Amino acid sequence: MFALKQLRHRYGGGAEISFPDWVLDAGGHALLVGPSGSGKTTLLSIVGGMLQPTSGQAIVAGQDLRQLSAGALDRFRGQTIGLVPQKLHLIASLTVAENLQLAQYLAHLPKNPQRIHEVLTRLGVAELAQRRPHQLSGGQSQRVAIARAVVNKPKLLLADEPTANLDDDAATAVIDLLEREAGEVGASLLIASHDGRVKSRIGHSFALQRQQAEETA
Amino acid sequence: MNIVKLAYKQLATRPLHTILNVLLLALGIATITLLMLFNAQLQDKLLNSSKGIDLVVGAKGSPLQLILSSVYHADIPNGNIPLKEADQIAKHRLVAKAIPMALGDNLMGFRIVGTTHDYVGLYGGEIAEGQLWKVSMEAVLGANVAKKSGLKVGQNFAGSHGLAGNGGHEHDDNQYHVVGILKPTGTVLDDVVLTEMQSVWDLHESETTTNPVFAQPSKPATAAKPANDDDDEEEGKPRDITALLISYKTPLAVLALPRHINANTNMLAASPAMEAARLLSIVGFGLDAFRAFAAILIISAGLSVFVALYTALKERRFDLAVMRMLGSSRFRLFTAVLLEGLLLAVASAALGLAIGHGVVELAGRTGMTPGLALTGRYWVPQEALLALLAVGVGAFAALIPAIQAYRTEIATVLSER
Ligand SMILES: Nc1ncnc2c1ncn2[C@@H]1O[C@H](COP(=O)(O)OP(=O)(O)OP(=O)(O)O)[C@@H](O)[C@H]1O
Ligand SMILES: [Mg+2]
Repeated sequence: MFALKQLRHRYGGGAEISFPDWVLDAGGHALLVGPSGSGKTTLLSIVGGMLQPTSGQAIVAGQDLRQLSAGALDRFRGQTIGLVPQKLHLIASLTVAENLQLAQYLAHLPKNPQRIHEVLTRLGVAELAQRRPHQLSGGQSQRVAIARAVVNKPKLLLADEPTANLDDDAATAVIDLLEREAGEVGASLLIASHDGRVKSRIGHSFALQRQQAEETA
Repeated sequence: MNIVKLAYKQLATRPLHTILNVLLLALGIATITLLMLFNAQLQDKLLNSSKGIDLVVGAKGSPLQLILSSVYHADIPNGNIPLKEADQIAKHRLVAKAIPMALGDNLMGFRIVGTTHDYVGLYGGEIAEGQLWKVSMEAVLGANVAKKSGLKVGQNFAGSHGLAGNGGHEHDDNQYHVVGILKPTGTVLDDVVLTEMQSVWDLHESETTTNPVFAQPSKPATAAKPANDDDDEEEGKPRDITALLISYKTPLAVLALPRHINANTNMLAASPAMEAARLLSIVGFGLDAFRAFAAILIISAGLSVFVALYTALKERRFDLAVMRMLGSSRFRLFTAVLLEGLLLAVASAALGLAIGHGVVELAGRTGMTPGLALTGRYWVPQEALLALLAVGVGAFAALIPAIQAYRTEIATVLSER
C-alpha cells in the first residue's frame, strides 16, 4: 500500500528525521511504534499527503506523491486517505451527520446519506447523528472521527495514538473497530502508537528509533 | 453540505457576533438609504412642482419666500401685485404663457388658490370626479386634500384665514361648493384647493383687510386708483393678485425679462430653478453631516466584521486544517471564509435597505414632513451601488482572514497541542 525510499524530513531549523525503507502491502495492517519524538506523527502526515518530505520518495496506493500537483494531491487525500488525528478535531459548528457530509463534499464525492447512515450504524452512533460534537462523550467522539475517516472508503486508514487516555477495555475496543472498519472497506491500516497494549493485538509493526540528532539537539 | 451552507453554519454558531455585525452594517446602510430617498424625493417634488414655470412675478421681498409661497405653497406670500401691472407683464413679447394666481384662505391647512384652468394644465392634472370650476365660490380639490378632508363633490366648506390649519376665523357665511376632485399627480397640485380668482376677491372685499396676505406694504403703492378702464375692475376697485407664473417664449428671456421686471417695475421676478437649487444646497449641508455619520457607521461595521472573522479564525484554525485533511484545496478554504464576509454583507444590505425604506414610509405616514409626501415605495438606482458597497465592505473585511485560511498548513496545525 505504501513504499518509502530514503525518506527524510527536517522541520525548519530542527534535526533531520530519517525513515527506513518500509513497505506495507495492500490490505495489510501494521503498527508504527517508537518513543515520543521519534517521528510517528511526521510519517503519518507524509504518507497521508499532508506534509511534503524534505527528501526521498513516498509511494502511496501506487502513486508517487511528489508527482501530484497541489490540486491533485488534495483530491488524492480526500478520496484515498482516511485519517483519525490524535486530537479528533470534529467541526464544532456541524452535527455528527454534517461532519460526515462535509467529508463527502470536500472529497468531491457525490452526496450519499445512506453511506453516512450505514457507517454511523456500524460504529453504534447512528442515534447521535443530529448531535453537535460538544454533546458527545470522548468515546463517542472517537467513533464519529473513525466514521468520518472511513465514510469515503479510503485505501489507507491512518490513526494517530488512538488509544491514548483510554482504559484497557476501551483501547481494545478501538483497535477492534479500526481493524474491522479497515477490513470492511478493504483499506490498509497504519496505527501510530507507543502503547504496549496495542502491540499484542497487531502482529506487524514498524519501529522507529529514538532520533540520534534529537538527543543531542 | 456545500460551501455556502458551511459558511452559514459557521456564522450561526456565533449568533451574537453575527447579529451585532449585521446590525451595525445595516444601520450604516439604512442611514444612507434614508438620505438618498429623502434627497431624491425632495428634488423630485421641487422639480415636478416647478416644471413649466420659468419665472414667478410677485411683490417685492425675498425671492425664496416668493417661490416657496407661490410655487410650493409652503410659506405665506410676500404681498400682492396689481392685476393691471401683472397683465402688462403677461402681454410682454418674451412671455409664452402667464398664469395668474390669488392666494386666499386655507382648508385644513391646504391653500385655497384662485387661478385659471391653465394652472391645472401646468401640472398635467386631470379630473377624477365632477368637473373644473366655472364661477366664483366653486372649488376643485387636489387628490390629497380630498383624501384628508373627506369632502365629496356637492359638499360645501368654509375656508379659514392664512396658511395655518386652525385658529384663523372662518368665513362661515361664504361657503365654497366642491364641484370636482383631481387625480393624484405627485406634484403640489395634490395639496391645493383651486377656485376662480373672483372667489378670493369676493371674500375679502366685504371686510377690512385683516388678512395679513392682503395687508402687505405693496397695497399702498396701488392705492392710487387708476381710471375705471378695466372690465375686471367693477366699481373702480383695483384688483390684486399674489403672483404670476410665467413660461418663456424663447430662452433669451432668461437674461432680459427678470432684469426688466426687477429694474423697471415695483414687482419682484424670481426663478424657481435657482431658488430650488439654493434651497437644496442649504439642505445639503445638513445631509452631508448625516452622510459622514453613515460613513463612520459603515467603516466601524467593516472593522467589526474583520475583527469577528479574524478572531473566529484563530479559534477555527483546526477546522480549516481538518477541512484540508479531508481533501479541501487551499482555494476552497479561501472562498469559504470570504463567503462568510459576503453572507454578512448581503444580509446587512437587505436589512439596511429594508430599514431605510421602512423609516421613510413611516415618516411619510406619520406626516413628519408636511408638504413633502414621503413614500418608502420609491427606488433610486444608487441603492444598487449601496448594496455593492456593502458587499465590498464584507469582502474587504474577510480578505485577510481568507488569506490566512488559504495559508493553513495541515500537518503543523493538526499536531499542535
Ligand atoms: N511543526 C513542527 N515544527 C518543528 N518541529 C516539529 C514539528 N512537529 C514535530 N516536530 C519535531 O519533530 C520530531 C518528531 O515529531 P513527531 O510529532 O513526529 O513525533 P511523534 O513520534 O509523533 O511523538 P509523540 O509520540 O510524542 O506523538 C520531534 O522532535 C518534534 O519536536
Ligand atoms: Mg505524535
